[in-house]
Amino acid sequence: PLSKGKQEVSLSAFAFLFSELVQYNQTQVDNIAELERRLEDAGYAVGSRVLELLCNREKGNRRETRLLGILSFVHSTVWKVLFGKVADSLEKGTEHEDEYMISEKELLVNRFISIPKDMGTFNCGAFVAGIVKGVLDNAGFPAVVTAHFVPIEGQQRPRTTILIKFADEESGG
Amino acid sequence: MAPRSGDAIFSSIDRVNAELFTLTYGAIVRQLLTDLEEVEEVNKQLDQMGYNIGIRLIDEFLAKSGVSRCVDFKETADMIAKVLLFPPMFLGVTASVSSWDADGTCCSIVLEDSPLLYYCNVLSGFIRGALEMVSMKTEVTWTRDVLRGDDAYELQVKLLKQVAEEYPYKDDE
Repeated sequence: PLSKGKQEVSLSAFAFLFSELVQYNQTQVDNIAELERRLEDAGYAVGSRVLELLCNREKGNRRETRLLGILSFVHSTVWKVLFGKVADSLEKGTEHEDEYMISEKELLVNRFISIPKDMGTFNCGAFVAGIVKGVLDNAGFPAVVTAHFVPIEGQQRPRTTILIKFADEESGG
Repeated sequence: MAPRSGDAIFSSIDRVNAELFTLTYGAIVRQLLTDLEEVEEVNKQLDQMGYNIGIRLIDEFLAKSGVSRCVDFKETADMIAKVLLFPPMFLGVTASVSSWDADGTCCSIVLEDSPLLYYCNVLSGFIRGALEMVSMKTEVTWTRDVLRGDDAYELQVKLLKQVAEEYPYKDDE
């Protein structure tokens, strides 16, 4: 039987496991872009399974066929199940028609991470970007998904924005 | 502070959804298999990751649980089964201890099914690491595995040596 998904583990257990994932992948690469690509790859595997699981459990086996439908599925349902809360915001890009952004003030995977100066723009959110990409791709909305830090005025830590750029405009609805 | 039950500790710590943990772990196993190709190597790497997690998580466990020094290895094994693994400082696994040898240095920890117990070599490293931090050198081996057709998950924990307390600093003379 399908689990109800209410089971929990300690946050530190997850944080340490995630840190092992990052450290292991660090040994496999020689640049930041490659490291992000590998984290995204790991996230993608999670995302494609999350889609299967949640469509089955939360949506009575129905899938979203509309662009806004799937985006709000990611922003609310997926986020709520994985991170225990709805994402802080979902916005449409102002410059490009096919761009959307999901923002989170304190993304779970970035909560315990500080990026060393020599690692430039590296963002562990690449893992979450991979999850989002995994969900979207498998739902039939191929997209390029990237994670970025965006400084907030008056705050020490930047928020994380997951930028979603859909592959072609026909997939929109 | 008196030792608290696993449940009481668990309700007081930050938690995340177990599915996020399981799926992330699954993604790690998949990446390792792709990279390393040899199953033996994957097991070794997972064990190492578990060890790294164990040596860190034990700190939080001791801080939050109010457990003081266990008098012997027997009590320690009991503590692992009842408090550390369950409810879920780490995994939310239900476990029991059996098959003690005559001199009380080797026992089996039998785990009941748990959604997190898949390809779980990380767990043997975890127990080894956690115990090493409380001065017990152990050898942990899998003796039964449901995924291999056995009727339970069973880990054999063998006490190799009690290491004398060592301080990382020198006393002032």
